[in-house]
Amino acid sequence: MNDVTATTASVDPRDVGGPRQPLMRVQALKKHFPLKRSGLGFGPKSAVRAVDGVSFEIRKGETLGVVGESGCGKSTTARLLMQLIVQDSGELVFDGATVGARELPLRDFRRQTQMVFQDSYSSLNPRMTIEDSVAFGPTVHGVSSRDALNRAHDLLARVGLEPARFAGRYPHELSGGQRQRVNIARALALEPRLVILDEAVSALDKSVEAQVLNLLEDLKRDFGLTYLFISHDLHVVRYMSDRVLVMYLGQVVEVGTATQVFDAPRHPYTRALLRSMPSGDPMQRTTEAPLSGDPPNPIDPPSGCRFHTRCAFAQAVCSQTQPDFIETAAGHGAACLRWQPGSGYVPPPDFPDLAENPAEVAHV
Amino acid sequence: MLSYLLRRIGYALPIMLGVSFLCFMLVHIAPGDPLVSILPADASVDLQQQMMKLYGFDRPWPVQFAQWIWRALQGDLGTSIATARPVTQEVFKAVGNTFMLAALATLIGFAFGSLFGFVAGYFRNSWMDRAASFISVIGVSLPHYWLGMVLVIIFSAKLMWLPATGAGPDGSGLWKWDAEHVKYLILPAVTMSFIPMGIVARTVRALVADVLSQEFVVGLRARGLNDFGVFKHVVKNCAPTALAVMGLQLGYLLGGSILIETVFSWPGTGFLLNQAIFQRDLPLLQGTILVLALFFVGLNLIVDVLQTLFDPRIERA
Amino acid sequence: MSATAATSITASAPLQAVRSRSHGANVLRRLVRNPVAMTAAAIISLLILIAIFAPWIMPADPFATSMFKRLRPVGTPGFPLGSDELGRDLLSRLMLGGRLSLFMGIAPVIMAFVIGSALGILAGYAGGKVNTVIMRCIDVLYAFPSVLLAIALSGALGAGITNALISLTVVFVPQIARIAESVTTQVRRSDYVDAARASGAPALTIVRRHVFGNVIGPIFVYSTSLISVSMILASGLSFLGLGVKPPQPEWGLMLNTLRTAIYSQPLIAALPGVLIFVTSVSFNMLADGLRNAMEVKQ
Repeated sequence: MNDVTATTASVDPRDVGGPRQPLMRVQALKKHFPLKRSGLGFGPKSAVRAVDGVSFEIRKGETLGVVGESGCGKSTTARLLMQLIVQDSGELVFDGATVGARELPLRDFRRQTQMVFQDSYSSLNPRMTIEDSVAFGPTVHGVSSRDALNRAHDLLARVGLEPARFAGRYPHELSGGQRQRVNIARALALEPRLVILDEAVSALDKSVEAQVLNLLEDLKRDFGLTYLFISHDLHVVRYMSDRVLVMYLGQVVEVGTATQVFDAPRHPYTRALLRSMPSGDPMQRTTEAPLSGDPPNPIDPPSGCRFHTRCAFAQAVCSQTQPDFIETAAGHGAACLRWQPGSGYVPPPDFPDLAENPAEVAHV
Repeated sequence: MLSYLLRRIGYALPIMLGVSFLCFMLVHIAPGDPLVSILPADASVDLQQQMMKLYGFDRPWPVQFAQWIWRALQGDLGTSIATARPVTQEVFKAVGNTFMLAALATLIGFAFGSLFGFVAGYFRNSWMDRAASFISVIGVSLPHYWLGMVLVIIFSAKLMWLPATGAGPDGSGLWKWDAEHVKYLILPAVTMSFIPMGIVARTVRALVADVLSQEFVVGLRARGLNDFGVFKHVVKNCAPTALAVMGLQLGYLLGGSILIETVFSWPGTGFLLNQAIFQRDLPLLQGTILVLALFFVGLNLIVDVLQTLFDPRIERA
Repeated sequence: MSATAATSITASAPLQAVRSRSHGANVLRRLVRNPVAMTAAAIISLLILIAIFAPWIMPADPFATSMFKRLRPVGTPGFPLGSDELGRDLLSRLMLGGRLSLFMGIAPVIMAFVIGSALGILAGYAGGKVNTVIMRCIDVLYAFPSVLLAIALSGALGAGITNALISLTVVFVPQIARIAESVTTQVRRSDYVDAARASGAPALTIVRRHVFGNVIGPIFVYSTSLISVSMILASGLSFLGLGVKPPQPEWGLMLNTLRTAIYSQPLIAALPGVLIFVTSVSFNMLADGLRNAMEVKQ
């Protein structure tokens, strides 16, 4: 579960850059949603800064988990990746080709990236049988309806829904877990390489959730898929992900392998997030809230480091300077002034992960 | 708050402009020469041209439109081709009569409609509900001008209690609030009241049923509030929307009174419209429709604004 | 995808899964079980049949006038429902008149349904400037009370069936377009439309396969509720002399010409109105039943 690279991806005939090239590289993605001007249209122009300069990469064959509180921009990022909404600035590079450019038109991109939404009911057309819903994608790309239906039936069987019983049913006749399986089948019908799972299991009961997660694992192995797994449930993310990305208020604050991020977080926000996970052990009760208050308004984020208003380790310099994203160890980076040489930040002794890296203490 | 008001008014202005433009264009989609009603067909070309200049038909129509709007804003809606009297005068005299009729009809309709609707919503699914719903369906399915005829047959021809047509015993069109004149008002007003009655009944029923089904009512009862208290609460919650509907119905009746006024020969704007159509008196037609339509838009605006002021739930973004 | 992928596209025909009943079939089933709606449907069907077969089943010539046999009461031999002010048989005129009255009630709604749905769906799906332009124009028309608009247009265009049809259609298009736009905008925002976009389908395909089926129901139900209004309005236009021209029989026009008979033969004078009323109530009941059948949460 914690391997970084997989070898199945290299078998895909559509592979262009080889296993070293990231499947998707996101560069400086920005998306602001403008708000109506206050006053009679002469007030200041404000916007919800949903995604504000996000960069990361998704490696072939991995599961990249994305965590963060509500409103941090996870879902907007997912929709930007799918190009369901268009970014204000920034680039998406899929296996070396810029998405939307001549080398990779949108229609071809859509055959290689698909998404599973959170709400299993609203993501299925209530007037279409589920076999038709699953077969729709292929028919758009020229597959004959007979072949598309065949593929739909195969996929439904593959996700655990017996076609003879289920294919002719309507969404309202299925349970939440079954509907989500249909959504997964629908996403796979176009034979994508990257599947974005936007809170795909969040709305399911725990027992059903476990089944669906195992199904996702099997499918990933069998079809050689790459996953972007978005969730607010840290346990699930830890279980599923190879690497993890942490978002706060429209920006990336930490990236690393699941082990690195969960066992040795570098960013105070990640540390607080992990501490807010209720432990299963009644002897170890959480006595105080590690994170105070609600996240600040994405319309008017705090100056400097956006987390400084809730950070247990904030100093004066944190409200003045925006931190860059610094890689502190191989593959593990955080956006915090503590790790930025020359920022003027003086690390206190109880700063997260200080003990594990005495070498860095000497640098700073 | 103020910005919302200004924005709402600002939105109404282009609508009014569009409405005025449509009224103006009515004349130009009409087939035939507008001068036909005042000049005999064999009038000399000179005379025709003179008249055209007088009425402004010879200019290109954007210019005509601008002129027409400009004059209208100053209160001049042109001269009626048939009677040669100023249109503004005719229209405003008639509007008063129609307004009386429509206002009374709206009040009657609202009163009874609310009653039926309330009973239906309060005692949902009982026989009273079904009876009230039935009456409201009749209200919206009746050809009201036919109902007028039926009422005339019953109350005028057979029982001879009320007069059949006109607005006064002497036919002068002058109104006085005395028993003699009011008798003429009753039948048309009652006939007209069926339209708002049906709609108000339906709306109030839905509102009352909706409020009663909400959880806060259960909470109120649990705290020991008696039936009258609940009743007051329901009224408070339904009033804004019900009153809004009433306002809209008034506007609708003002504009749509022509059929009933024709049946009862009531000297209002509808009757005027009728005349204008059959005499092909286009300035009169234009002017009347303009006044009525703008009245309707203005009334909608007022109702909207009042509703926002009184209902705190409506967003004032 | 690796060669071990489980999708096998075989040449065989897809297996026939048991198909559940579609939404439309469910609605129909519920409608059929509604006694009030079915009675209304029966009445309407009867009236339509009579109207269609009128020329063959009417007892007398609806155009044959006779100055001697004017305004005979109901039950006169040869005139089962009496005669009108020009001595023509009322029953025959009512039967033939049904053709025009029903046609003028239903046809404008059908035309407005087509035009209004197209405009509304376009505005709703396209959004942005297209939506604003279309809906503002619609708003201007919507700003008129419908009776006034119908009469204004009819008055300007002149009397006649075609003109009346045009004005009535223009009156109903804004109302239908508004509903269509509102429903389409809602559907446009749903996740399944996003999923369809994500699969790379072109806009027209999405509208055809995903949007249309989900919006046409509410639009259709609303439109059926307009038929009774249309009938009343159409007969109202004829009553004013703006629609059908004499000597064509039409219920509204007959109400107008029979006005003089109020004092001598009130029952005869009221009869055409009874038919308008019955038809209107029936359409309303049917529309209500249809709405109830569609509203049940699945």
